[in-house]
Amino acid sequence: MNNLVIVEHDNNEIAAATLHAVTAAQQIGGDIHLLVAGHNCGGVAEAAAQIAGVASVKVADDASLANGLAENLAGLIVEQAQGYSHILASATTFGKNVMPRAAALLDVAQISDIAEVVSEDTFVRPIYAGNALATVQSSDAVKVITVRTIKFEAAAAEGGSASIEQIGGGADAGLSSWISQAVADNDQVDLTSAKVVVSGGRGMQSGDNFTMLHSVADKLGAAVGASRAAVDSGFVPNELQVGQTGKVIAPDLYIAVGISGAIQHLAGMKESKVIVAINNDSEAPIFQVADYGLVADLFEAVPELDSAL
Amino acid sequence: MKVLVCVKRVLDPQVKARVKADGSGVDLANAKMTMNPFCENALEEALRMREAGTVSEIVVVSVGGGKTEETLRHGLAMGADRAIHVVTEDSLEPLAIAKVLKQVTEQEDAGLVICGKQAIDGDSNQTTQMLSALLGWSQATFASEVKIEGGEATVTREVDAGLETIQVKMPAVMSADLRLNEPRYVKLPDVMKAKRKPMDKIELDSMGLDTANRLTTLKVDEPEGRAAGIIVNSVSELVEKLRNEAKVI
Repeated sequence: MNNLVIVEHDNNEIAAATLHAVTAAQQIGGDIHLLVAGHNCGGVAEAAAQIAGVASVKVADDASLANGLAENLAGLIVEQAQGYSHILASATTFGKNVMPRAAALLDVAQISDIAEVVSEDTFVRPIYAGNALATVQSSDAVKVITVRTIKFEAAAAEGGSASIEQIGGGADAGLSSWISQAVADNDQVDLTSAKVVVSGGRGMQSGDNFTMLHSVADKLGAAVGASRAAVDSGFVPNELQVGQTGKVIAPDLYIAVGISGAIQHLAGMKESKVIVAINNDSEAPIFQVADYGLVADLFEAVPELDSAL
Repeated sequence: MKVLVCVKRVLDPQVKARVKADGSGVDLANAKMTMNPFCENALEEALRMREAGTVSEIVVVSVGGGKTEETLRHGLAMGADRAIHVVTEDSLEPLAIAKVLKQVTEQEDAGLVICGKQAIDGDSNQTTQMLSALLGWSQATFASEVKIEGGEATVTREVDAGLETIQVKMPAVMSADLRLNEPRYVKLPDVMKAKRKPMDKIELDSMGLDTANRLTTLKVDEPEGRAAGIIVNSVSELVEKLRNEAKVI
C-alpha cells in the first residue's frame, strides 16, 4: 500500500490540518508520500520532509499551482495517482474543493470526512450532521479520502527525514484564475485549533454585541465562533461558523452563548470535551449536550463572566 | 443562457435523524422531507439571474424515486421553468449522480449548472466538483457571490480562512453556500402554477450509464451520546466548576 497525502499550504507554511491527514494515512498503513503543489514553495517542501513517518515528498512548483485552483491541482493529482492505493487530504475547504474533482477524473468514489480507519478499505464517516455514523467499504482500486481532522491526532511536525523529489508537472487548464483572498483578522486565535472557543448565536442580537464575547475570549486565550443563525443574520462573517456546513471543532472548552442548539450547529461542536451553555430559554436543545448549563440573560451573564475571569 | 439547477430531496433539517435498530440506515419512513437547503440557495441564485436578464431558462433536475416529484414541484413553485426527474429507486452515490447530471447537462445544452454545496443527509460535498470534472468545465464551489459578465464569472468563495475570489470561464459548475442569497418563500398561487409546468421523466436505466455503487455500507450506528450535564445557578458557580471540577480554565 502507498498513501499520497495532498499538502495544504499557502506557499509559506503547511496547514495544521494536513498533519491530521498524515495520521490517518499512518493508520491505513504502508508508505506515506506527500504532494506539495504550489509556486515558490520550497520552504513548504522542506517542512513537509520533517513530518514524522513520511517517506518522500514530491514537489510540483509552477505558477498554475500557486493558489490551489481545483482544475489545475486535480489534474496534477491524477497524473501522480499511479501506484497509490490511497490519496488523502484534510476535509477543509481546500480538500473538499479539489479531492472530489480528482476522484471523478479517476472514476472512483470519494470517501468524505472519515472519522475512523477500520481497515485499508473500510472507514467510518459521519452522516446526517453526525447523528449517524456509517461504516463503508470501498471497492475502488484507489481510495480518495478526506479526513475529519478532529478525529485524528496531528502527526509530529518534526522528526522525519523524507527525501524531496522535484516532479515538475503543473499545467494551467485555462479554466479559472485566482483574483484575491480577504483573510480574516490575523490577531484572532485560530478557531480550528483553539483549546477554548466562545461562540455566539442569534441571541447575541447584533454583531456589535460580539465584542462582549471577544472580551471573554481574550481572557481565556480563546477563539470566537458563531452559529449559522448568527452568520445568517449577518452578525459575523462565515469563517466563524461552527456546524455541519461550517467548521467542525473539538476544543477542551466550548462556551455557547445565546445559541439554541440546532442540529446542524451541534454537529460542529458536540465532541468538545467540556460544553457550557448560556441561554435564557431553559428548553433550548443546547442544554441537552451541555456539561454546565446556565439559564440566564446573556447580557447580564456574559459581563459577569468577563469580570469573574 | 440556460441554467440547470440540481436539487435533492432530503430529511427536513429540523428533524433529527434516527438510526434504524438493525443498523441498516436512517429511518426515513413517514419522516418530513424537504428540498436540501443549499439547493434552495442554488435555485434562488438562478431565479435572480433570470430576473437580471443573464439567464433565459431555468431547469430543475433531481434523481430519485417517485416522491422526488414533490421536491421538483417545489422548485417549479419557487420559479423554475420546467423540471427533469431522473427516476430510480436506487440510492446513487455522488459519482453516479454526477454522471447522470453530465448527460442531462449535455442534452439540455445548458451553459451553467448550479448545485447546493452539500446535501445535509449524506454530507458528502462532492457532486458539484465531480460534475465539473466530468464535463471538463470550470469549478466554483461554496459561492457566496456570483457575477457573470461576458464569457466569465467572478465568484467569491467561502473558504476556511475567509473569502476567496476567483474568475472562471463559462460554462461553469457552481455550488451555493448559505450566504449566496436568502431563498424566497413560495406563495400559494405559485404552488398552483407549478402544477401546470412541464416535468419530464427519464428512467435511469434508459440512460446507459454505469451507476453502480463503489461503496458498501456495512452498518450505520448511532453516535455515543454525551453524559447528562448539570444546571448551575450562577456565573460564580459556573466559574468555580470550570476551574475546580472540569479544570479547563
